[in-house]
Amino acid sequence: MILLEDVNKTYSQGAPALNGISLKIEKGEFVFIVGNSGSGKSTLIKLLLKELEPTKGRICVNNRDLGKMKRREVPRFRREIGIVFQDFRLLKDRNVYDNIAFAQKVIEKPTRSIKKRVPQVLTQVGLSEKYKSFPKELSGGEQQRVALARALVNGPSILLADEPTGNLDPKNSWEIMKLLEEVNKRGTTVVVVTHNREIVDAMQKRVITMNKGVIVSDEEKGGHYYADKYVSL
Amino acid sequence: MRISTLAYSIRQGLKNIRRNKLFSIASIGTIAACVFLLGIFYAIVTNFTHIVDNAEEQITITVFFTNGNTEEYKAEHEAIGEQILANPDVADIKYTSSQEAWDEYKGVYFGEREELAEGFGDDNPLANSASYTVYLKDIDKQSEVVAFLKGLDGIRDVNYSESTAETLSDFGKLAGYISVGIIIILLAVGIFLISNTIMIGISVRKEEIGIMKLIGATDYFVRSPFVVEGVLIGLVGATIPLVLLYFIYEKIIGYVMSQFSTLQSFIDFLPTNQIFKIMIPIGLLIGAGIGFIGSKISIRKHLRV
Ligand SMILES: Nc1ncnc2c1ncn2[C@@H]1O[C@H](COP(=O)(O)OP(=O)(O)OP(=O)(O)O)[C@@H](O)[C@H]1O
Ligand SMILES: [Mg+2]
Repeated sequence: MILLEDVNKTYSQGAPALNGISLKIEKGEFVFIVGNSGSGKSTLIKLLLKELEPTKGRICVNNRDLGKMKRREVPRFRREIGIVFQDFRLLKDRNVYDNIAFAQKVIEKPTRSIKKRVPQVLTQVGLSEKYKSFPKELSGGEQQRVALARALVNGPSILLADEPTGNLDPKNSWEIMKLLEEVNKRGTTVVVVTHNREIVDAMQKRVITMNKGVIVSDEEKGGHYYADKYVSL
Repeated sequence: MRISTLAYSIRQGLKNIRRNKLFSIASIGTIAACVFLLGIFYAIVTNFTHIVDNAEEQITITVFFTNGNTEEYKAEHEAIGEQILANPDVADIKYTSSQEAWDEYKGVYFGEREELAEGFGDDNPLANSASYTVYLKDIDKQSEVVAFLKGLDGIRDVNYSESTAETLSDFGKLAGYISVGIIIILLAVGIFLISNTIMIGISVRKEEIGIMKLIGATDYFVRSPFVVEGVLIGLVGATIPLVLLYFIYEKIIGYVMSQFSTLQSFIDFLPTNQIFKIMIPIGLLIGAGIGFIGSKISIRKHLRV
């Protein structure tokens, strides 16, 4: 569960990136976050990961108040959250297998269980034959699937994706979105930031629209991509 | 720590070193120089201390009595002996009776030709010359002890050689201060270079570190490869000069001895094994220590995790 209460975030210079955000996402939901460039979507994601601290307000994730969390508790907290970025952020000097295994090594899983788990997620994202390839030998869609496998390998209860299809063509975008939907069907809460109107309109999910640091609409299942409305505002 | 995590840290540490060859070699070189000089200083200082200790053992104070005849004043001499021994700076005393003094004199001056002494018959020309030889715990305390002895009742004369004692101990101190100074400077340079090497490793892996943090790596897990890197560099840097020193130590001693053969009579160098029994662990510890501190500094400065 994700809960934000009157959250503000102001970077050192300029206007607030988030201004009075209150939001509740239940366990097992699939949520799109849309909005124009600079509306504060990435900032919101970073707050949920405790990569940034809010200037004001309260954030709870998985029943834990991030403001009260000690520094040394942060790693364990993050292990419950999978994260996917627009630019994949794979390690270029490691092959597919090692990129995914890395996420398990980082949390000090024993090698034996890593060897069992990595092929499972690779199959889940449909990349089991490519486990030896290096990132530069893969298409964008494939790289994003590796990144997704890495996010899933530790069995997170929440998956955050910041423009996961931003660098992909429509076909690959759809494949990634379908995978995210599958992940969600297995019980993981999924929050997807996207600019992809076609997909948002087709997938019939909850849609939160942001503009200039505020939530301007929050539609339950069957939401539509309205972000463009606010361009002129 | 899990074995697999330790293995990971070592593998990453080695990878960092390989990736960053030039700086790693520079750091290894500096540490090698540092430990090499340290080793040389250590060898010189321990040998010097050893020589000074030997020399100091020979520096003694001789005390003569107002009433110096053993046969008549034995009890008085023993009483004075107890007073001297009670002084905390005195290590030991040795009594030389009038007869022993004369025997020794004969031995030194007449040698084999005992007949020369026969003229004296049973008379002991040194009948009044019983003495105590006083051994000191610390050569620095000589003047205090001399003053103490002169102040005792029943003492006629106190013989000592001030100049040797003070020159030796002053020289020892000076050598100590200079080597400590140079060693500190070298340590600082070593730490500085290692921390720079690690800093480059950190900056090269910035992206990877960022990803690690986001997927829940502990600070400890993120840092340990860099600590391993520093310690490995330190250990390699220390091993090279230790091996080198081990093989050249004996050669150098041999060389010094043959070049300055006059030294042989009063200088006695420590054997290789005795020196290295201590120098190897110290050298490795210092190498690893420089690496550890250097990496810690760099991590603290550049790895705000
Ligand atoms: N590190 C930063 N320092 C200062 N200002 C920042 C920083 N990051 C973001 N901002 C500002 O905060 C606001 C919100 O940025 P954010 O990245 O959250 O937008 P976004 O909705 O993710 O945009 P996009 O769709 O382009 O990714 C913007 O005005 C941006 O310039
Ligand atoms: Mg963004």
